[in-house]
Amino acid sequence: MELSEHSVIRKSMALPASVPDEPIKQQPAYSEPPVIDLHGLSVSFGRRQILKNLRGDLRGKAIGLLGPNGAGKTTLIHTLLGFHPPSAGTAQIFGLDIVNQAKEIKSLIGYMPERDSFIAKMSAVHFVRLMGELSGLPSDAALERAHEALFYVGLGEARYRRLETYSLGMKQLAKLAQAIVHGPKLIFLDEPTNGLDPPARLRMIKLIREIRDSGYAQIVLSSHLLLDVEECCDEILILRDGQIAVYCNLEEERKSNRKFLMLETRGDHQKFVDALAQLGCEYAVSADHRLKIVLQEGIEVRDLYRLADETKVQLRRLSYKRDSLEDIFLRAMENGYGGL
Amino acid sequence: MAVYEQTYKPYTGKLTPEWSRFLIIPRHAFRGVFSSKLFTAFYVVCFLPILIEAILIYFHHNITALAITNLNPRQLLPIDGSFFEYFVFFQGGFAFFVALLLGPPLVSRDLRNNALPLYLCRPFTRTEYVIGKMSVLLILLSGITWVPQLLMFLFQSYLEGFAWFRSNLWIASAILIAGIVWILLLALISQTLSALLKWRIVASGAMLGIVIIPLAFVGIFNFIFLTRIGNLFSLVTLMTNITQGLFGTFDRVAGRVVIGAFDDGPGREILLIEPPLWSSWAMLFVICAICLVILNWKVKAYEVVK
Repeated sequence: MELSEHSVIRKSMALPASVPDEPIKQQPAYSEPPVIDLHGLSVSFGRRQILKNLRGDLRGKAIGLLGPNGAGKTTLIHTLLGFHPPSAGTAQIFGLDIVNQAKEIKSLIGYMPERDSFIAKMSAVHFVRLMGELSGLPSDAALERAHEALFYVGLGEARYRRLETYSLGMKQLAKLAQAIVHGPKLIFLDEPTNGLDPPARLRMIKLIREIRDSGYAQIVLSSHLLLDVEECCDEILILRDGQIAVYCNLEEERKSNRKFLMLETRGDHQKFVDALAQLGCEYAVSADHRLKIVLQEGIEVRDLYRLADETKVQLRRLSYKRDSLEDIFLRAMENGYGGL
Repeated sequence: MAVYEQTYKPYTGKLTPEWSRFLIIPRHAFRGVFSSKLFTAFYVVCFLPILIEAILIYFHHNITALAITNLNPRQLLPIDGSFFEYFVFFQGGFAFFVALLLGPPLVSRDLRNNALPLYLCRPFTRTEYVIGKMSVLLILLSGITWVPQLLMFLFQSYLEGFAWFRSNLWIASAILIAGIVWILLLALISQTLSALLKWRIVASGAMLGIVIIPLAFVGIFNFIFLTRIGNLFSLVTLMTNITQGLFGTFDRVAGRVVIGAFDDGPGREILLIEPPLWSSWAMLFVICAICLVILNWKVKAYEVVK
């Protein structure tokens, strides 16, 4: 059975959201409320509907929000922060309603905005301290934590400098510091690596992963950079035109694709392909003697070596591969919409 | 999250009461305000009339000092409603210049630097933000208007005796109301212009214009049409009428003009009648309402393009 490359990928995916004819997986029973619970959330600006009936619950330690420009990622974050009122439906954060319990929610969250945001004519330590105080910290505790937060993000030496004098990368770090100074349970990061050079980006990613792994805070990361999300998040929500295109648990995805192999051969390629078909493997042929193979139950890698030996084919490269986030994203952009 | 640990940890300590958080804004703002030596010097100068007022009150009661300076108490200003009203006007002028210096950048700076989302993503509402920003002005302006004036009133009461205090308690209420109304108006207008115009210099110019230009236009309008209705459209004349009303010196007949006297006849006398006090109050409420509507429209985390 020969499959197209696209169909191999589709079969290997465990994405209920992107496969409409498959039944939606039953969610296991959780004792904790989800981080974000969307109940038919819609947001309109005038006559323009930006978010359309979003439903589902997100529970990951780090949730990635993906989507092309204008998909509604930032609007979703702003709505969850209480900046825009929902036109229909609602959402909950840690079981608290975003409309009726906005103040309680805001005391649990930190927010790093996408755009340059700071208070002019202030040193970084003064700025972060002020933000801490506004979050409810007493003055002395806010000052202490402002120093700590700035050291933590790597601005310790520059903390007495005015924010206007900071480079773009430093401003991003200062924004992160103000988002974590009060030790929130949930941190919204809107395009945190925007405009950063590679070393600065790596530093930012490292910090986000550290915060995630500390277990004290969950993260919602909005980005159009797939690599950032892939490196930091265990759950992704892909938006397209204000609707959920794909929900995907990356951890499960990684586990489910262990037997997805990339193979490069030399020799009589067709013979080897026929032998694979007889063995009952699903495969996709790509250019230059390359194959993608999904191994069925009971078939091992050594069976491939045996087949290669029998068909006098050299195996030049053999590597486990999973669907990259790029594959998932591109498919989400092609396919229809789905929910959780 | 100690420095040496360099790890992320939540905050588990006590939180400040929510009602007090709007005061964080003026507390931090004052650090910046008084870092300017020029402003600090000007603010000190604002207290000079208070010092003169205190000296006048003191001299009025100190027989020894009067004997030394060879002055008759009757030659001095009588310490009554008009005395305090005069200083209320004087301090009101200083308050305007303080508001002109401090008010315009308060909101505009945050809008220009996209700082509003940082305030509003916290347990801090738009109302608290506006009140916090207004408090910067309200506290500083109170310090040079009604607070020292009330202290002067108490000083006079202390020197004159309880009977004077009891019979002139209305002066204290007039000082308080006139002072609060004026500084509230200044704070609201400066915040509104600051939110509307975003650029400090433009907002400062607009604030100066809002006070000066209508005053000139109203003068011309009143002169041409032989009326005083125009006084409703100038902040200065509006506040003058309200303050006079509070101190009991408001007279609706502002003047008399005789027209046609150069003809054969004796001419016709026209009374210049000030608009009633209630209309001044009503106009003030309308101005405040417009300011609040604009602030509600502009002070948002993000402007939505519909």
